[in-house]
Amino acid sequence: MSSPVELEPGGAMAPPEAVLEGAKHIEGRSLGQIAWTRLKRDKVALTGGFIIIFLVIVAIFAPFIVSVLGHPPDEFHQELIDPDLQVPTAPLGGVSWDFLFGLEPVNGRDLFSRILYGSQISLLIAFLATIISVFIGTIMGVVAGYFGGATDAFISRLMDIFLAFPLLVFALALVGVIPESAFGLSGDSLRIAVIVFIIGFFNWPYIGRIVRGQTLSLREREFIDASRSLGARASYILRKDLLPNLIAPILVYATLLIPSNILFEAALSYLGVGVQAPRATWGGMLADAAKWYQIDPWFMLPPGLAIFVTVLAFNLFGDGLRDALDPRSR
Amino acid sequence: MKNTRLMAVAAAAVLALGLSACGGSASTGTGGSGSTGGSGGSSAAPAADAAIGKIYNPSTTKGGTLRFGMAGDWDSVDPGDTYYGLSWNFLRNYARTLVVFKAAPGAEGAKLVPDLATSLGKPSDGNKTWTYTLRDGIKFEDGTPITSKDIKYAVARQLDKDTFPNGPTYFNDFLADIPAGYSVYKDKNLDDLKSIETPDDKTIIFKLKTGFSGFDYFAQLPATAPVPVAKDTGTKYKEKVVSSGPYKFVSYSQGKNMELDRNPNYDPKTDPESGRLALPDKLTVELGLNAADVDNRLQSGGLDVDIAGTGVQAESQGKILADPTLKAKTDNAQAARTWFSVLNSDVAPLDNVDCRKAVVLAYDKTGYQRAYGGNTGGAIATSLMPPNVPGHADFDLYNFKAKPQGDPEAAKAELAKCGQPNGFETNVSYRAERPKEKATAESLQQSLAKVGIKLNIKAYPTADYTKLYAGKPDYAKANKLGVIIYGWGADWPDGFGFLSQIVDSRVIRPSGNTNLGIKVPAVDAGIDQAMAETDATKRDTIWGNVDKSVMEAAAVIPGVWAKGLLFRPDTITNVFVNDGFTMYDYAAMGVKQ
Repeated sequence: MSSPVELEPGGAMAPPEAVLEGAKHIEGRSLGQIAWTRLKRDKVALTGGFIIIFLVIVAIFAPFIVSVLGHPPDEFHQELIDPDLQVPTAPLGGVSWDFLFGLEPVNGRDLFSRILYGSQISLLIAFLATIISVFIGTIMGVVAGYFGGATDAFISRLMDIFLAFPLLVFALALVGVIPESAFGLSGDSLRIAVIVFIIGFFNWPYIGRIVRGQTLSLREREFIDASRSLGARASYILRKDLLPNLIAPILVYATLLIPSNILFEAALSYLGVGVQAPRATWGGMLADAAKWYQIDPWFMLPPGLAIFVTVLAFNLFGDGLRDALDPRSR
Repeated sequence: MKNTRLMAVAAAAVLALGLSACGGSASTGTGGSGSTGGSGGSSAAPAADAAIGKIYNPSTTKGGTLRFGMAGDWDSVDPGDTYYGLSWNFLRNYARTLVVFKAAPGAEGAKLVPDLATSLGKPSDGNKTWTYTLRDGIKFEDGTPITSKDIKYAVARQLDKDTFPNGPTYFNDFLADIPAGYSVYKDKNLDDLKSIETPDDKTIIFKLKTGFSGFDYFAQLPATAPVPVAKDTGTKYKEKVVSSGPYKFVSYSQGKNMELDRNPNYDPKTDPESGRLALPDKLTVELGLNAADVDNRLQSGGLDVDIAGTGVQAESQGKILADPTLKAKTDNAQAARTWFSVLNSDVAPLDNVDCRKAVVLAYDKTGYQRAYGGNTGGAIATSLMPPNVPGHADFDLYNFKAKPQGDPEAAKAELAKCGQPNGFETNVSYRAERPKEKATAESLQQSLAKVGIKLNIKAYPTADYTKLYAGKPDYAKANKLGVIIYGWGADWPDGFGFLSQIVDSRVIRPSGNTNLGIKVPAVDAGIDQAMAETDATKRDTIWGNVDKSVMEAAAVIPGVWAKGLLFRPDTITNVFVNDGFTMYDYAAMGVKQ
């Protein structure tokens, strides 16, 4: 199952032997430098990375971009919609210089600006949920791996329970009964918070298991023994010795968790329990588009491609990052 | 390892739905081409709306099998336990009631004619007592004569709403002196039921709590179809309903299928007025189908009638309208239904009539119509009562026709009058599972924002919409649900059947309401007046006035008078839309031989 990432413990601090020989072109390189060199050579991963940066920038500046290139996301343009068929009168789903991605059937909203605003929701939820998963998963994993015994058994069984949970069904039920306001939040912010919580809170065992496995192998190493024999307490060893060596696998799996969270949010929106109308989400748009595929298949393309490209970009970058940080785990 | 499980789940959810859609696409393609190929030899050239107001493909040829298909299942096929319009339409084939909507095209179909009775009801004692006399020679399928006691028993048994929860409660509400929790299964001889009298085998007398001039509409309810007491098996009666009509049960398997063939003991001579033709030799109903599948099979010739009678699905509609040969086989039938929104008078500032008028003037009428499918989905409503309900009067108090996009100037003037010149903020609620209502909420939000009225959109689950949310006055008031998106279809085309449950302020209960906050004294007074009026024409006029009072008080955003796009395959003859049920008439239809 797990192929432990055997990182050189304390690689950045240990004085490299080569330097003593005095040969100038041989330098001590940190783990990060080595990884970066490898990543730079991986064109596919870099492309993924650039697309991610592009998407994040687009999401952040969505209101500005829309004000230049689009129309407000909730503005109706029913004069451009056929009153009988309910689809855009112009061909190709109404794609034009004015409406870059075309128009939504029935109300004629600008798909370009809705995709852009939708990216805010998708990325926000995916990032926040990933942060929660990583946070809980790392703590649980390190504690389970380092202390072992009863603690390990308890946390491992807890992970099993969480893994066995029918997450989608649970999410549907829970999101369906969200009250008007709770925890000082209301409306959309409350819904986003609940969705983030569900996705994040039920996903930590994946990260937790990886971290636990890494910790199990790390704690047998000499530098941990050394630390311990010098009188370091458990909390010090966890923070100063173990965590820095776990950064690489955590980073990799966080990157790979984000796209799955984007898909999960899209699935929730598709099933109608995501963020409420009229706010745009990719999954929600895809659900609307499914009703129109027979006469306006163009409506399906923008949200479908947006999800596809985003998930692909994160996955490519995540795979590249893993290869760079840990070539042996291929 | 990688987090594959969650991804698989999420991806599967998105994909499965997407893929099922793709599968539907392929089968539709073949279905469409099949039907165009087969229509070459058709005798009458199909034309859109050819079965509205007239008979399409008239025929008197008997024989053949008429195949119905249904998405989902009945509430029940027991005449005493069903509230589906399709059911009331279809069961005329195996059950006869005291009076019935005539099987005839156009307005005549909305007229009541005597069926088992010799004439419409004879009222006395200020409409509190209604007497019917039965015809001679009427028989059950086993040949035993039908007596007034069988009808009394049929009405009595369905009063027990624990056993028969689905049907309407009109008899429970209107009959005099019904003991609480009355059940025929505890009172076999009907000793405790004093309000229905059967002095002889041919006469039945109903006694009401309050005078009600429209009792004939109750007498057409399937509940008055006779049930022989010896054959009543309670909840199991639906498996083998004893027929009094032209067809009898051959087999019925709940949720799967149903088959009827001719009832040898049905004598058409005893049924001169109902318009039943009983052309096919056999009727079959396939149940539990997929809605999109029903549409596709209608087009490919695999089914004759979509029994639901509410029109094709939204996704098929676009395809059919875009294809002239398919469009020619459709009827865009007017339903007795309005999609409207209530302006809740419990929520300030909508307690002020001028603020309500501002909303009615400002909203985008075409936007509302678009949300329900544009012209095919129905016409822009200028009042609550749809045009095919008798008594409907055409009036346009707020100039909808001249300003279909809304009238912001006039709305602002009303806002100034009600002391909110800069507009106000309130909430709009809709049923989460209904995409058309979501589109309506978005459209209202957009158009009202133009005059400064800010709407926040709230979605609630359909199942609990009236029980826990919009139909619970305490909740609606506390959560400031000022605009409540809703819809209502008449139980029968009549002012009482359509209006009373949605505008009478005295029917408002602590929860489960269908009147979502309309409290207008003039409306209540009008309803009382109409219920006391025996003359049908005068009564209809009063209902028209009630409708007008609702609009004068700007109690609702009228929205859309709903229409359905019915698909009419080449395989059926004698097709017409019955205005009583607002769908194809299932008692007069035949099959092409």
